[in-house]
Amino acid sequence: MTTLKRIIKAGFINFKRSGLVSWAAVLVTTITLSVITALILLQAVLYFSLGQIQDKVDVTIYFTVGAPEDQIMLLKSSIEKLPEVAEVTYTSAEEALRLFRERHENDYPTIQALDEIGENPLGAYLNVRAREVSEYESIANFLKSDNALVIGSASIIDKVNYHQNKLVIDRLNSIISGAQKLGFLTTLVLILISIVITFNTIRLTIFIAREEIGVMRLVGASKARVNGPFMVEGAIYGVIATIITLVIFLPITIWFGRNMTSFLGLDLHNYYLSNFFQIFIIILLSGILLGVVSSYFATRRYLNK
Amino acid sequence: MIYFNNVSKIYDKDGVALEDVNLTINAGEFVSIVGHSGAGKTTLVKMILADERPTAGTVFYESINVNKIKNQDLTKLRRRIGVVFQDFKLLPNKTAYENIAFAMEAAGKTDEEISTDVPHVLELVDLGDKISHFPYQLSGGEKQRLAIARAIINQPELIIADEPTGNLDPINTYEVVQILKKINDLGTTIILTTHNQGVIESVGKRVITLERGKVVRDDKDGKYVI
Repeated sequence: MTTLKRIIKAGFINFKRSGLVSWAAVLVTTITLSVITALILLQAVLYFSLGQIQDKVDVTIYFTVGAPEDQIMLLKSSIEKLPEVAEVTYTSAEEALRLFRERHENDYPTIQALDEIGENPLGAYLNVRAREVSEYESIANFLKSDNALVIGSASIIDKVNYHQNKLVIDRLNSIISGAQKLGFLTTLVLILISIVITFNTIRLTIFIAREEIGVMRLVGASKARVNGPFMVEGAIYGVIATIITLVIFLPITIWFGRNMTSFLGLDLHNYYLSNFFQIFIIILLSGILLGVVSSYFATRRYLNK
Repeated sequence: MIYFNNVSKIYDKDGVALEDVNLTINAGEFVSIVGHSGAGKTTLVKMILADERPTAGTVFYESINVNKIKNQDLTKLRRRIGVVFQDFKLLPNKTAYENIAFAMEAAGKTDEEISTDVPHVLELVDLGDKISHFPYQLSGGEKQRLAIARAIINQPELIIADEPTGNLDPINTYEVVQILKKINDLGTTIILTTHNQGVIESVGKRVITLERGKVVRDDKDGKYVI
């Protein structure tokens, strides 16, 4: 306990006395943490945009005119049981007619033609939304399969628009998965580069103290007593860099929130504030881990004498 | 206490630091090791600290084979030995007080022992008024006295002083030698490496002469002969 107290105290004193060298390490760690924060926000924008595109994709099952509602509801409940399905909405024939009239209220010839028919020419329909774009195919296959036919619904289905939309859905699916992969890879590469730069800066600060490490070992200090204060110093870099990073991103996200919300489709400032705790934890842990691990590996090579 | 058995240290075919050295140093002795620069004096004392490992032969500290010592035991061994270097090797970011306190912390001393003993030892080496000074604020002689204070603080069995007067003027040299003699009078073994004739003659104890890595003389009441 006494040793731990001494190690922590020595870490704080070393940080204070190293002056500019300490602040240089804090600056580089801040840059790394800023890259990570920026990538978190970028990923949020990417996922938000992809989510919005995904929401626009659905499959509609049109029923024949006069199809009994109880059979439609039976099919609806069996579709809802599928794990791939997020939501199924039912629109009755009457509702479909109302919506059609609303949509074409300024299109006089169409409304007139509709009036001349006298009865409702539209059937009811089910709107199916999958959890993932890639899952529409399996839902469409289910509708073609025996499972769906068992309940006798095949005769009431007029058409399923999946096959008309298949090309668009498939293309969208590959764009979304490509964008996700690219985003992940870019994030990984940028974070790796930042980590390497930070590691080398911390290594440089410890290189300056390499003779000191040798002297400490010669006067009989244990490895933990020698590298402990350096690791505490590394943690201090992480904590200070976290605070600076989070403060810097406040005005940046305010600017993005005011000027770029309509372009990005997402208010970054709102996102930043509502996810502040999670971002804080991620950045703090990354900062401390980066500082402590870099210091540990940097001192290790001078400790074995 | 210390035994060198056929010890050689060869860096490459032209770099022979020590060759077939056989030595015994007993507890309580004051041994001066003399020789020209590059004769192997520093390599010899570094082997006692396991800071250098021999190419051949063995070095024993009492019953401990220093060449085969484990890392954990090495730390314990070094706590039994005080070291003074020509270039002082003080911790630059620590004050005079903290430099000595660090050696005590390494030896597992309590905060109370540290706060009592450090001012006392600084008084002993006449640095009582420099307690909060950093090494860069001290003169060469003061730095060396601080290094000696650090070396003796844990009451070691052995003090290795590697050219401790190399960077000092005659007055500081005299003071350092007097301190080392006093420590030896109290029973601590001293190994001193030097090429200063005045130092050897003022000590007047055993002198081992090294030449190109070999022991060429070992006199009980030695004089400076190279």
